[in-house]
Amino acid sequence: MSSWINENGPLLFLALLDGTVTAFVLALIALGLSLVFGVMRIVNIAHGEFFMLGAVFSWFAFDLTDDPLWGFLLALVLAPALVGGIAVFSDRFILRKIKYHPESTIVATIGLLYVIQSLTLIVFGPEARAVEAPLYFRIQFPWFGYSGYKLIVAGMSALGLLGVWLLMIRSKLGLYMRATQQDLEIAKTYGVPTKKIYAAVFALGGGLAALAGVLVVPIRQADHLMGLEPLLLSFIVVIIGGLGSIRGTIVAAFIIGISDGIISVFYEPTLAKMLATLFVAMVLVLKPSGLYGEEVA
Amino acid sequence: MRKKSLIYSLLFQGGILLLLFILQFILPTYHHSSVSKIMVLASYAVAYNFLLGYTGLMSLGHAMFFAAGMYAAGLGIYYLELSALGALLFGAAFTLVISLLFGLFALRTSGVSFLIVTLMFGQTFYLSILYFNEFTFGQDGFSLAKHLGKLVIFNKEYLYSNPDVRYNFALILLTAYLLISTLIMFSPVGRILIAIRENESRTQLLGYNVYYYKLFALVLSGTFSGIAGAMHALLFTYVGTTFAEIHHSISPILWTLLGGAGTVIGPLFGTGIMYYLVDIISGITSNYQLVVGAVLILMIIWFPMGIMGTLRQKWMKWLP
Repeated sequence: MSSWINENGPLLFLALLDGTVTAFVLALIALGLSLVFGVMRIVNIAHGEFFMLGAVFSWFAFDLTDDPLWGFLLALVLAPALVGGIAVFSDRFILRKIKYHPESTIVATIGLLYVIQSLTLIVFGPEARAVEAPLYFRIQFPWFGYSGYKLIVAGMSALGLLGVWLLMIRSKLGLYMRATQQDLEIAKTYGVPTKKIYAAVFALGGGLAALAGVLVVPIRQADHLMGLEPLLLSFIVVIIGGLGSIRGTIVAAFIIGISDGIISVFYEPTLAKMLATLFVAMVLVLKPSGLYGEEVA
Repeated sequence: MRKKSLIYSLLFQGGILLLLFILQFILPTYHHSSVSKIMVLASYAVAYNFLLGYTGLMSLGHAMFFAAGMYAAGLGIYYLELSALGALLFGAAFTLVISLLFGLFALRTSGVSFLIVTLMFGQTFYLSILYFNEFTFGQDGFSLAKHLGKLVIFNKEYLYSNPDVRYNFALILLTAYLLISTLIMFSPVGRILIAIRENESRTQLLGYNVYYYKLFALVLSGTFSGIAGAMHALLFTYVGTTFAEIHHSISPILWTLLGGAGTVIGPLFGTGIMYYLVDIISGITSNYQLVVGAVLILMIIWFPMGIMGTLRQKWMKWLP
């Protein structure tokens, strides 16, 4: 055992670090999906595309400013705002028209996925691109150096999560959101502007995904097809945590993120994704509503 | 009344199938091959509609079943040197097992969770094909042309990829699927499936074991999708991962909804129209997905019942 630790300890430590960074980013993306499901009772298949747009807008901001730090700061503001705008537009002209019917929404958001993906391909082209990190420094551990920017990604994601949590419990918007989630009809009769809340939640969900996209581009390349993988991972997270439960989403993001890190480092990323799905199957067999899910029929 | 609508609908479908039979003598080569392809894909859509249109369960992972049948048949021919019929049966048996196992897990969930679970299992199946690439030839896929025997009819040998063989086999498959779907829909089992679609808890209250009926529908739909996949492998002598990708799970949703979910013949129309639409657009731009996406959105907003669904509501009340 001790010899195994001596041999593989540094690798395990690296896997844990990478896994934690993944977990924070994943929590941010999945939280967006989970909020939309919780309040609006719909599944947004185009959620991964909002993440992809965040990443792609960040190149755009980088090209605009030609400076990594300013580009990054501009993207932090611009990407979630633009994606939020697209989300509000889709809510008003697509989702509201089909009355948020669950299955119609799935079909409509699949359509949205194709439209966003193809338009991105037309406007930005097919090649994958990376963006320089806004801050570059290394943290030297006894065994290896680690990119400091990755820790900033984790920190900023944590801030994002904290922000959403404060918004939910402290603000009037959060109160309205919780009221709408608990009972739409009662919320309406008490004068909650539920239509506006729906639009706001959809924009918030998309904005969180876009924020994650901005944070991630300096670590990995971005292209128009990058949205599918985070979408599937967030689904896994949201199912394991229980649809609509914020606490469950964050706990599950850590389970999946860290195990993904470990399996990817020691074996292969593809295997990690396959095992995560099997894990979902097990959770569903034991507890169909997820770890923290409400028991809804 | 029901007997009358059964006769009407069999006559209607028979007419369309007869038309397809006659078309093969008229069509130019290019369209001849397109229509063969449409008939195989439409069979897949008919199988899909069995679950979506009649039982009300939407799956986002049906490519798994199609690809399972296709790979079982293809790998069976490649490694086990199965005959064409043997490969078809092997593909069917393999998908039967897969869909049964999958159903036992996935049907523990319902509604939105069911959708997500099907999506994820479909993706895992796709990833497994890539992961075991030494056995499955990964992304490249493989051709069956050199491994597949010949079909012997009246002492004459034909290739399976011969255009006439292809066309008529596809037509036989489609005919079988339409006939089986129609008969099931007019049987008591079909009525119960529709009852589940309309109101699941009330059906349960009436004393039916909803779980078993849903499992039946899923296994039937999955296995038929697998047979369509196996047939595709035989007639087009190619097996590849594109048929396991998520796009291939979304396509039958589009075909079914456009043609009319919950109508037996609808998926055939939906498949034909989308096939030619994509074909025409591909000639203009490679970015046909933009159009697919736009059609999906516009259709779900303004035309949710699809072509045959609308026709049924207006004029053809007897349509199954």
